[in-house]
Amino acid sequence: MNTGETVVFWICAILAVLGAVGMVVSRKAVHSALWVALTMINLAILYVANSAPFLGMVQIVVYTGAVMMLFLFVLMVVGVDSSDSLIETIKGQRIPAILLTLGLAILLVWGIGSSLTGAPDLGLEDANTVDGGNVQGIARLLFTTFLIPFEATSALLITAAMGAMVLAHRERWIAKPTQKVLSIARFRGTVHPGNLPNPGIYARHNAVDTPALLPDGTPLMESIPAPVRARGDVAPVDHVELDEVKAISEGAPSESRQLHRAVGDPVQHRRHRRSGASQRDHRVHVGRAHAQRRKPRIRGLRPHERQP
Amino acid sequence: MLNAANLAFVAFARMNGNLDGQVVAFFVMVVAACEVVVGLALIVTVFRTRRSASVDEPNLLKY
Repeated sequence: MNTGETVVFWICAILAVLGAVGMVVSRKAVHSALWVALTMINLAILYVANSAPFLGMVQIVVYTGAVMMLFLFVLMVVGVDSSDSLIETIKGQRIPAILLTLGLAILLVWGIGSSLTGAPDLGLEDANTVDGGNVQGIARLLFTTFLIPFEATSALLITAAMGAMVLAHRERWIAKPTQKVLSIARFRGTVHPGNLPNPGIYARHNAVDTPALLPDGTPLMESIPAPVRARGDVAPVDHVELDEVKAISEGAPSESRQLHRAVGDPVQHRRHRRSGASQRDHRVHVGRAHAQRRKPRIRGLRPHERQP
Repeated sequence: MLNAANLAFVAFARMNGNLDGQVVAFFVMVVAACEVVVGLALIVTVFRTRRSASVDEPNLLKY
């Protein structure tokens, strides 16, 4: 173990243990997942430093790639905010857990570590070069010595995939509604089956705030877009016009169809629903900015009430 | 825990000078991936039936 390897070991080992502790300690599931990702990346670096580059890459691809994404996906599906409470559910577990952990650590460090100190470090340089590389060496072992476990692993993978599919499968209790069923439901239901009539149909104006008139002359409020209706900007319906429409639809003489309404009718103000005050037609006040731009913008200029 | 065992396998493989430990670590990784898949499917199923993902909540097997 040379100096660079020692430095790598201490940095990555400390970061990996930090990630593991943070995973256990953090209260939010997403934070735990990110701590696990830190641990996995540091372990991958340690694998590569231990002359196992294939395992390092597999660690990154499988753990920080697939498994962590699966974890986060399930977390998002289940709900991120389901953080657990601080209540200890199994009573009196912390002290025995700490004692057992210390015992295991002592066993590992003293029992196994002392028997390994001074053992010869053969290194993997020979094993990694005899087949042309680390990946080739692992492949030769997998397909010769460990062929039966390898095949068993493939069976295990297929079984796990099947199990996940069976567990996540949801039986459909009622049949999926077909297009025919949906169409029948739409026509038998209370809502309008087709498009709503446009505003202004059969009415005198086709502005968007003018309700459409049905053939018998009644105004149809649904023809006006809902936002306009909600603002209360529906134009009032003139009952003289309604009577006229009714008369035309009942076969009134064609002269009345040609005849327009009385000339000189006051123009109704849109919002105030009445005719505005007539404005002077000379010495009209123009705003200063508009006058400087020589673009007089005269608001509210209406024809005189009596003007034909 | 599995990763710690994996790291020990890799280190001992290096000490002993053959690749068997790395192959075993590879198998452990595969088994752990299967385990994660099935575990997460279980969590999804529990959440779907109980509307909760708390691990202390399910007590159907208790009584």
